[in-house]
Amino acid sequence: MTPVQSDLGEGPEKPTLIGENVVHFGRFLRHAGLPVGPDRITNAMRVLALVGVQNRDDMHSALASVLVDRHENQPIFDGAFEMFWDRAGEIKPTVAQLTQDAQAGQKSAEQVMHARLAQQFQTPIGPRPNDETEQADAAATFSGRERLREQDFASMTQEEFRAASRLVRALQLPLETVKTRRSRNAVRGQIDLRRTAQRMVRTPDTLRPAFRQRIEQDPPIVVLLDISGSMERYARMFLHFTHGLVRRYQRVDALVFGTRLTNISRCLRDRDVDVALSNAAHQVKDWHGGTRIGSSLRDFNQLWARRLLGGNATLILVTDGLDRDDGTTLTREAALLRRFARRIIWLNPLLRYDGFEPKAAGIRTLLPLTDHFLPVHNVNSLAELGEQLKRRH
Amino acid sequence: MTKDQSQIPAGVDQTIALLAQHDYLAGRALATPVFLALTMQRPLLLEGEAGVGKTELAKVLASAFGAPLIRLQCYEGLDISQAAYEWNVARQMLEIRLAEASGNHSAANVAKDLYRREMLIERPLLAALTSKQRPVLLIDELDRADEPFEAFLLELLSEYQMSIPELGTIRAEHPPIVLITSNRTREIHDALKRRCLYTWVDYPDAQRELDIVRRKAPGISEQLGKDVVRFVQSSRAVDLFKPPGVAETIDWAHALQAMNTVSLDSERIDETLGVLLKYQDDIERVRQSDVKAMMEGRLPGQ
Repeated sequence: MTPVQSDLGEGPEKPTLIGENVVHFGRFLRHAGLPVGPDRITNAMRVLALVGVQNRDDMHSALASVLVDRHENQPIFDGAFEMFWDRAGEIKPTVAQLTQDAQAGQKSAEQVMHARLAQQFQTPIGPRPNDETEQADAAATFSGRERLREQDFASMTQEEFRAASRLVRALQLPLETVKTRRSRNAVRGQIDLRRTAQRMVRTPDTLRPAFRQRIEQDPPIVVLLDISGSMERYARMFLHFTHGLVRRYQRVDALVFGTRLTNISRCLRDRDVDVALSNAAHQVKDWHGGTRIGSSLRDFNQLWARRLLGGNATLILVTDGLDRDDGTTLTREAALLRRFARRIIWLNPLLRYDGFEPKAAGIRTLLPLTDHFLPVHNVNSLAELGEQLKRRH
Repeated sequence: MTKDQSQIPAGVDQTIALLAQHDYLAGRALATPVFLALTMQRPLLLEGEAGVGKTELAKVLASAFGAPLIRLQCYEGLDISQAAYEWNVARQMLEIRLAEASGNHSAANVAKDLYRREMLIERPLLAALTSKQRPVLLIDELDRADEPFEAFLLELLSEYQMSIPELGTIRAEHPPIVLITSNRTREIHDALKRRCLYTWVDYPDAQRELDIVRRKAPGISEQLGKDVVRFVQSSRAVDLFKPPGVAETIDWAHALQAMNTVSLDSERIDETLGVLLKYQDDIERVRQSDVKAMMEGRLPGQ
């Protein structure tokens, strides 16, 4: 098979050749994680037919316009394009070789490409797998729900942790809905003239008004979760809690940060909690590392705040406030964040200690900006969060 | 071949030339998708920072083709009756009363009378389909509308038609040139993206920005133009919350012209910074950083 041909004129078999290359390229992109379906491939062939393959830059922009649909994917596309097509609009020999191998049923080119791109674009490091050594004591010490609700997550055994995470997931948030500007048919409310007129046509000589009412929606919630080393046990429990929220409410976004910020909202959408959490684990690259709250907040403000904190969103910030950055960034970014969020609830596991005093610089900076400052170290403290969200200000 | 079809540029270079004729200087990265959208009759989804010329592109295309520009500004709560069409219910009620008064009403006849075309009040989307000439339809800041509204656009954008339950399907005689812009305050749904060509509009490089300033602020002195662009370009490299867009650059050039500035100095910058930057934090940050270095096109501190 020789999918490589540079001279693309009007010859009859030429569309097939370029077509084949495009199909391979599409597959290549799919392995890099871009959602490239058959419809996009068809479009890619059409645009190449229009733009031609003489000018590599044009080819690049043309393919990008149909194969990329969000800005975050642009670097992946650029990288893949660079790897795949050489100057003359041909497939690079290495890639062609790989593709050929795959078709011959030899060493899977897909795997190779996958591995190569994977190296380039992701280094999946999940959270530490559950500690087997902790299993033994589980059955013996399990002592009923009440204790579990008060017990600190950090001091739980593996089995207790699992039981507690089930409790956490079942927690209901008594959220009040927000009225949107859209309306729907209802039995009472404002008169809907259009439907009333329709009724009058159907049954003349009667006037039976139809009504409409404003649609009510759950308020948006944004969870910003610290996953650095010091937060480990709490963060995992809170991921369970967040997954529960994502499953139950329409507008929940979750971002985690240690040394960098990652949006895991999409990963958490999966119905199965284990799948969801392992998805998230693969996306996040800085589990149990250090904390850079300041720069993480800056990234959040720059990239996400404008997108997620509209519509009177509540921001739930989960961190111990121990920052490795210098304080100036944090001060600036926290002040900016304050102006974006309608309500900021700070959950801090350090608060469980009696006589807790905000001494660390990071804590002192964040504290005056938050509306609520709560402990989050056991099931009951999470239940209290529900109460806080219920109260509207 | 109708007149407006013949106007479609034959290639990327011609597209660039056509846009340039109307004072819009596009790079190949933008001109290519524009050319493709025109040729393939597909909607073009433009994303990018505010002020990089997304909306302007639609205006320019409209004037380039001599086509009417139909603009739908999106906002939260936008629904069919404001975006697409509305029945003239007041008139319908009147007709019902008339029919009742005259006594010769059968339900079928009344219904036929009430839901005829003249009873329909056209809003931008329907107007774009019924236009006598191929229009440019600009759906501006789609991210501001809420998600249910996007679903409504799906039929319109893929088939250039609209189904009105009481009337039937209205199909566009002259499919509009559709441009959708988004500032990414939220993600547009995949189903909608699939139907569009996508492009990210980036800030222009220094040379193109200078050309833009010269075109948009004619009469600007050579020196001032260069100073302005150099400062703006290096301010984009500073860690600002909202870096200035091209629109701000042009505004700033106008402002400096109005103040009879010949060349830029730090005092003038200080006075007019509010034209360029719209966040107090950003203004403070630029004031505190090395303005001199930025005027020379270097990063502050380098």
